Amino acid sequence: MASSNIAVLGDKDSILCFRAIGVSVYPVANSEEAKPILRRLCRENYAVIFVTEPIAREILPLIDDLAKGALSSIVLIPNNQGSLGLGMENIKRTVVRAIGADIFAESQEK
Amino acid sequence: MQLEVHPTRMELLRLKKRLVMARRGHKLLKDKQDELMRQFMDLIKDIREIRTAVEKALEQAFRRFLFVSSAMSKAYLEEAVGFPSKTIALNVSRRTVMNIAVPEMQPTVEGEIRCYGFATTSSELDSSLHSLDQVVGEMIVLAQKEKWMQLLGEEIVRTRRRVNALEYILIPNLEETIKYITMKLSELERSNLSRLMRVKEIVRAH
Repeated sequence: MASSNIAVLGDKDSILCFRAIGVSVYPVANSEEAKPILRRLCRENYAVIFVTEPIAREILPLIDDLAKGALSSIVLIPNNQGSLGLGMENIKRTVVRAIGADIFAESQEK
Repeated sequence: MQLEVHPTRMELLRLKKRLVMARRGHKLLKDKQDELMRQFMDLIKDIREIRTAVEKALEQAFRRFLFVSSAMSKAYLEEAVGFPSKTIALNVSRRTVMNIAVPEMQPTVEGEIRCYGFATTSSELDSSLHSLDQVVGEMIVLAQKEKWMQLLGEEIVRTRRRVNALEYILIPNLEETIKYITMKLSELERSNLSRLMRVKEIVRAH
């Protein structure tokens, strides 16, 4: 496989296309399979790891832990069935933790 | 809560110096917190925009690819995309923003996407991969900014704790202790004075 420090983790049908544009692809069937792979990817210093939302949904605590420790950036992306809004949720959580209130709550309702 | 110190003049001087230092540190940290907050807000606004755009674009790219994969046989498709000549590598350098080391990612792209034969692939595959290729740049920017957001967020939490510790614990404690020592010293002074007066009286009586 071509060397790249960008990885995509997710269900095979969604992420197959990423392979064509030169990104390392790690297809997994479910979140249980994803755990050890995600750990390994973080250790191997991938700069960016994209995880599809359905897979990420089950392992959010692990993702938080890993993102804190490693220099790599773990980013949630929607899969081919559309967005679950987890990525936005993640941003919201960080804002709440840092500032103590969700200051964008209003603008989201609009 | 009052600190446990001996009520002496030395101690008083020391505490006064500490109080000045604590106030200065508090002001600096407070300024840092304000600036962090400002940058954090800007960043969040950026990220929200980029994420919305990326999610939309990705959805489109996925949909196109779905059409392609339903039109082509799976084996051919995997063969077509399985051996890319294109690679995207990220040059990660470190930058310091507000004394936090943040990664800066610079993608270097090599090769072409279209490295498959035309016989077994459709033109839709070309266009779907092309649209995906355009999203990836944005995705990398998003990844970088989300990492910044995370690091900045943690720094804000840390700074806030320190500001609060100074503002609500250390500075009040120091002030209280200084007051206690001042009181104690003036009380000593008064008792000494009255003792002297009494002694003087006794001496005069003789």
